[in-house]
Amino acid sequence: MIYWSIFLAFFIPGILGYGGGPASIPLVEKEVVDRYGWMTTQEFGEVLALGNALPGPIATKMAGYIGYMEGGILGSFIGLFASIAPSLILMVALMMTLMKYKDSPKVKNITKMIRPVIAVLLGAMTLQFFMTSAETSGGVQTVVLAVLSYWLLEIKKIHPAFVILLALVYGGLSGLF
Amino acid sequence: MVTEGKKGMEPRAGSALKINADLFAAFFRVGILGFGGGPSAIPLFHAEAVKKYDWMTEDEFSDTLALANTMPGPIATKMAGYIGYRIGGIVGSMTALIALVVPTVLMMILLLGALQQFKGVEWVNSMSAAVVPVVAVMLGVMTWDFVKKSGQSLGWPRAALLLGISVLLMEILHIHPVVLIIGILLIVLLGFRKGGRTA
Repeated sequence: MIYWSIFLAFFIPGILGYGGGPASIPLVEKEVVDRYGWMTTQEFGEVLALGNALPGPIATKMAGYIGYMEGGILGSFIGLFASIAPSLILMVALMMTLMKYKDSPKVKNITKMIRPVIAVLLGAMTLQFFMTSAETSGGVQTVVLAVLSYWLLEIKKIHPAFVILLALVYGGLSGLF
Repeated sequence: MVTEGKKGMEPRAGSALKINADLFAAFFRVGILGFGGGPSAIPLFHAEAVKKYDWMTEDEFSDTLALANTMPGPIATKMAGYIGYRIGGIVGSMTALIALVVPTVLMMILLLGALQQFKGVEWVNSMSAAVVPVVAVMLGVMTWDFVKKSGQSLGWPRAALLLGISVLLMEILHIHPVVLIIGILLIVLLGFRKGGRTA
């Protein structure tokens, strides 16, 4: 049943994504691309790129959009509910009790220990995107675009929305001529 | 102004509409102006909840943020949902979440829907192909960020060990991340320590 699949696909990243929405992106990819096969890596990349270019929390943009693609408006609602509700209910319910333990080393350790796992997941995704790009656009073009976007994003501190827009314009022109 | 002197208490019936209108305006702005995902919108939450509407004090805000950070799930929706709940109960929580999430999800659906129409056209295909390396760079930068933070908070030897174990289990043995994350949760909460007794 599609709605149940949508619920699970966003419930699992929501409940396991320590470090906020961006940390849950590789978990979402795992579900959406690897497990359910709703999109290819390339399609996921396009959705993620647009999601990053638009404002607002990334996790809910992904859940809302992918849910909509797979199950219409109800699917979108279920995707959003699954990514928001469990962690929010946990937060409200535990707020009062955990407030006392927020300096406890155990609670702090969870975030610390999960971080390397997320790093590896993100690293694997990075590699996957580079490989997809090398297959579709060729190695030289991939390296040139990657170096340029690194320079613009990290050194020039240009907003991601503009860098993505530039890439879109460049790609469109190179496809025309 | 409405909540003056009664911060964080039950909403008063007469002002419910005003409270929800304020909650909607505040979190609509946070959602529509917060580029770069939820965590980068934290300063916007602070500006609305503490500075503009005086819903919480500085200390309450940083406590809420600290706790939200130690729990799983998107950070922005935990903040909006919790602040909304404190100010306006369950209805307030819903108002805050809808204002935060719905506008940007609608933008996604509309824009991607428009792009899908042109799927298969040559120049549209090369447009999306050109975006892939940009995403790869963004992800690469995020990866390095997480590696750096791991090294800073755990110390490089322990961070390297955990990174190595994660690569082995997930990428070579193909164990689902869920298994690994739950395993780590159990190890931390039950207090088994592999690498000595440091807290």
